[in-house]
Amino acid sequence: MSKNGIYTPLDFKNVDFNVSIDEVGVGDRLARIKSRSIKKASKVEATLMAINMIDLTTLEGMDSPAKVRQLCSKAMRPHEEYENIPSTAAVCVYPNYVALAKKELKGSGVNVAAVSTAFPSGNAPMSIKIEDTKFAVDAGADEIDMVISRGKFLCGEYNFVFDEIAKIKEVCGKAHLKVILETGELETLDKVRLASDIAMEAGADFIKTSTGKIQPAATMPVTLVMLEAIREFYYRTGKMIGMKPAGGIKQHKDALKYLVMVKETLGEAWLNNKYFRFGASSLANELLMQLVKEYTGNYQAPEYFSID
Amino acid sequence: MSKKEKVLDKKSKKAIEDIAMNGSINNSRKLNFDTSWQYAPAPESTDHFKLKKKYDLFINGKFVKPTDGKYYKTINPATTETLAEIAYGTDKDVDKAVKAARKAYNEVWSKLPRKEIAKYIYRIARLLQERSREFAVVETLNGGKPIRESRDIDIPLAAAHFFYNAGWADKLHYAFPGKSPQPLGVAGQVIPWNFPLLMAAWKIAPALATGNTVVIKPAETTPLTALLLAEVIQEAGLPDGVVNIVTGFGDTGAAIVNHPDVNKVAFTGSTKVGKIIQKALAGTEKKYTLELGGKAANIIFEDAPIDQAIEGVINGIFFNQGHVCCAGSRLLVQESVFKTVIKKLQDRIENLIVGDPMDKNTDIGAINSKMQLDKIKEYYEIGKSEGASSFQSSCNLPKKGFFFRPTLFWDVAQSHRVVQEEIFGPVLTIQTFRTVQEAIDKANNTAYGLSGGVWTDKGSKIFNVVNKIRAGVLWANTYNKFDPTSPFGGYKESGLGREGGLHGLTPYLKM
Amino acid sequence: MSDRLNINKTYKLYIGGKFPRTESGRAYTIEDSKGNTLCHMSRASRKDFREAIVACQSAIKGWANRTAFNRSQILYRIAEMLEGRKAQFVDELISTGATKGSATKEVELSIDRLVYFAGWADKYTQVFGSVNPVATSHFNFSTPESMGLIAIMAPDEHPLLGLVSNLAPCIVGGNTCVILASEVNPFIAISFAEVLNSSDVPGGVVNILTGFKSELYKHFGTHMNVNAIICCADNKDQIINMQENAALNVKRFILRNKVNWMSDAGQDPYFIMDTQEIKTAWHPIGI
Repeated sequence: MSKNGIYTPLDFKNVDFNVSIDEVGVGDRLARIKSRSIKKASKVEATLMAINMIDLTTLEGMDSPAKVRQLCSKAMRPHEEYENIPSTAAVCVYPNYVALAKKELKGSGVNVAAVSTAFPSGNAPMSIKIEDTKFAVDAGADEIDMVISRGKFLCGEYNFVFDEIAKIKEVCGKAHLKVILETGELETLDKVRLASDIAMEAGADFIKTSTGKIQPAATMPVTLVMLEAIREFYYRTGKMIGMKPAGGIKQHKDALKYLVMVKETLGEAWLNNKYFRFGASSLANELLMQLVKEYTGNYQAPEYFSID
Repeated sequence: MSKKEKVLDKKSKKAIEDIAMNGSINNSRKLNFDTSWQYAPAPESTDHFKLKKKYDLFINGKFVKPTDGKYYKTINPATTETLAEIAYGTDKDVDKAVKAARKAYNEVWSKLPRKEIAKYIYRIARLLQERSREFAVVETLNGGKPIRESRDIDIPLAAAHFFYNAGWADKLHYAFPGKSPQPLGVAGQVIPWNFPLLMAAWKIAPALATGNTVVIKPAETTPLTALLLAEVIQEAGLPDGVVNIVTGFGDTGAAIVNHPDVNKVAFTGSTKVGKIIQKALAGTEKKYTLELGGKAANIIFEDAPIDQAIEGVINGIFFNQGHVCCAGSRLLVQESVFKTVIKKLQDRIENLIVGDPMDKNTDIGAINSKMQLDKIKEYYEIGKSEGASSFQSSCNLPKKGFFFRPTLFWDVAQSHRVVQEEIFGPVLTIQTFRTVQEAIDKANNTAYGLSGGVWTDKGSKIFNVVNKIRAGVLWANTYNKFDPTSPFGGYKESGLGREGGLHGLTPYLKM
Repeated sequence: MSDRLNINKTYKLYIGGKFPRTESGRAYTIEDSKGNTLCHMSRASRKDFREAIVACQSAIKGWANRTAFNRSQILYRIAEMLEGRKAQFVDELISTGATKGSATKEVELSIDRLVYFAGWADKYTQVFGSVNPVATSHFNFSTPESMGLIAIMAPDEHPLLGLVSNLAPCIVGGNTCVILASEVNPFIAISFAEVLNSSDVPGGVVNILTGFKSELYKHFGTHMNVNAIICCADNKDQIINMQENAALNVKRFILRNKVNWMSDAGQDPYFIMDTQEIKTAWHPIGI
């Protein structure tokens, strides 16, 4: 599967185009997942785990070096007071802030992820996408979050999407590749499943729901379908693919439901930030507030938590 | 939940390995669901109400002592602790109840404007909703079903049945074109222990809406929510005697069925008892509906949405510990996806939490009674001795109470007893088929005909199979869904008549 | 008396689209109102009943799968054929003691009743089915479906109309049936079988036996292949026995011994529903 640490894409022929997903059935499964009650020690443990899974993200036109610096500091030490609170998994920035983030995070174990391939639309020539990715990798990005060409996907040019992912994977070298499907533009869960399968076959290390720029971003049905695609892929190939729901997960309770989904779909091996990430910005403080509430017994207010 | 005792025998282990070796699914790849992160106990609180020590019969609008003064204990099957003492009604009590119902029918209920009847039933529905938490907790304490189910399914659905039927009371002449439907009089009803309140609602709501009065007997192991319902009926201000609830055992039920002044009998329970009742009613003018056993086939075709089918199969057999007459207890899987299906079922089963029904995370609660547990255990042994391969969840079971692990049997044939007979527990048999016709033939190869399931992405195949399966309820790409607007009932030995929907009114009317 | 010697008809049974003699070789005599022998009838045995059930069972699938339109056409065809042989049936009824007026009325009503039920074939599922507005994201509908194999004990009175009024709602709904004809005037039922046999009714859909209720009623109740019994007979003991045995396989038991077949009450569409099961189907609504 890998030569000299460089991943060789599997064959496009392996993609099963006939997997069907029943939307209402997915809802039935989710109803059970949502009914899980996470209390006390279990809640604290899950919250700590969730913080450690966050790709703390800023992807604004108005991003500044100062903001990126603050983001990095927040990522390394989410709460000033509680030492036991882990760092987040990564920060996620535009390519031009990779070098800065890399410097800020040095030695912390927090990765730098860069969005790439003409994020968020992906509407650019392949050569530019490659350059975009190369730039981020050369600047030290540990992870590349690419977008697929949804236009091509929706008009049935699956080969194009497959090749594009495979190409970017090659450019990534040792950097981990997260493939953003932008599920909010794919409409049906069948398409989400197909896009997931294509991405995994083409060499994705992670599959990711959304850019955060399109509504709906991450949803539970989409995430469940993607987790199930990962499970099937693992059973078939033995390769463990990571999952990153991104955007829209703002509540502590929701985050825990996502963890329940991971626990009950993929189990222990995926319950860590090597294989599961939350793409989020405001979620971190929400998790911290709940954590401090559990520690102190008092309900918390937002103004006591630094916003970045 | 922590490290598990292994419950697989050698043969089954080998069978599981064989399955994995041959398919695209490779069993050397295992997912570990015994995760280090576990759900902490999340018990539903019980401090918002108090059970009485002793419950009397509800006759003529009042709680009255049983004539013979006898009581029996009702327990919590999850702990075997006694919850309360319940009156043991005899034929004398039944006679009193029927007389009260007759009097109420003659003097009050049949003279009320229909819209007033509707409003009484609406009241019951509303009061049920208001006390839903208490009802859910008591249902779970007394019956062993997970609190998640009694809270999310049993109680809301019971209220919905009252709501739905209430509206029919003053619209019956629209329901039966060309007829002017009239009530029958006194309805005698006997209900089972698997959905104690819901079955009471299925029976009482249409009976009242069609203008009848009621004498009903809850199952001996699960009388409590019916008695709470008696309180609700009192509170709703229903005229005395319109609904009478007589607790007791089989002889109490027989007294209702055989009472000469009962005009209509409605029974839900086993086929065995149903046949006894049908025989007993020979030569009488009583109308009757029977909702009896089943052994439903749940068919997965290779083009099905497999992951959702798995959830449907799980819900089809493990809902309410498998104590469901329409449970999808026979899984028929197209050979090409057999390995995938069985692997995924095992994964899903490992995620089912078996244990304290009062814990909000429990998926499978307590078996309703020791008798039922013994029966399930016996079938498990029969399955093994018939040579089936099996898989059981590796979960630990509580030390006290009646529990059984979710169980799969495969390498079974149509002739095996575990395939033919209703087990009424969390035990699924799995057979394979190659062609659509073979699936249909196997599905229909049973004396039962209550329900069935079909999973395929192809619409025309759904209609074909749905048409050909001889059963009253067919779920396509879903399973075990219920709704008050939707008629339910069986073909063949699964019973006669329908409950729910417009068709559920017919058995309570003369045209 | 004419010079010519009449050819007397041998009345046989009607099973699987054929007219076999009873396997028992027995016959019984039907007399007219003056005590003269009218004809001899086959006296069906338990084995004949069994054979009729086998034929009936094998016809179920094909008949139930016919389109409603096709069943309607066939019932209408029966009416046409009966209309064409109206005179014969009037004469036969007169031979049983009916007046010309009442015999004519009975035949005409029988024809009209066939037309009436022919018209229901493609309507009863519309009138008695439903789409159910469930509270979840599912499409849910209930539709009547044929019950299967129906054993009919036809009324003694009105040997043609009583037969037709029970047979038509039964088969129009896709069921097949075994009928024990009027014991008093059974030959008319066999004449009617000839009409059926020339009306595109597939063999086995309707099977007609003649014989004694007292001999055959037990098998109505006990035969495990029978899904429902329609009983137009009066004998209380026989009824109770059939009802008790119905419990062996939860047969539906429909008692129609108080219906005035000459009145409008004899052509109720709810008769069709007596031998229908309601099937409810669910499917998710999603994308």
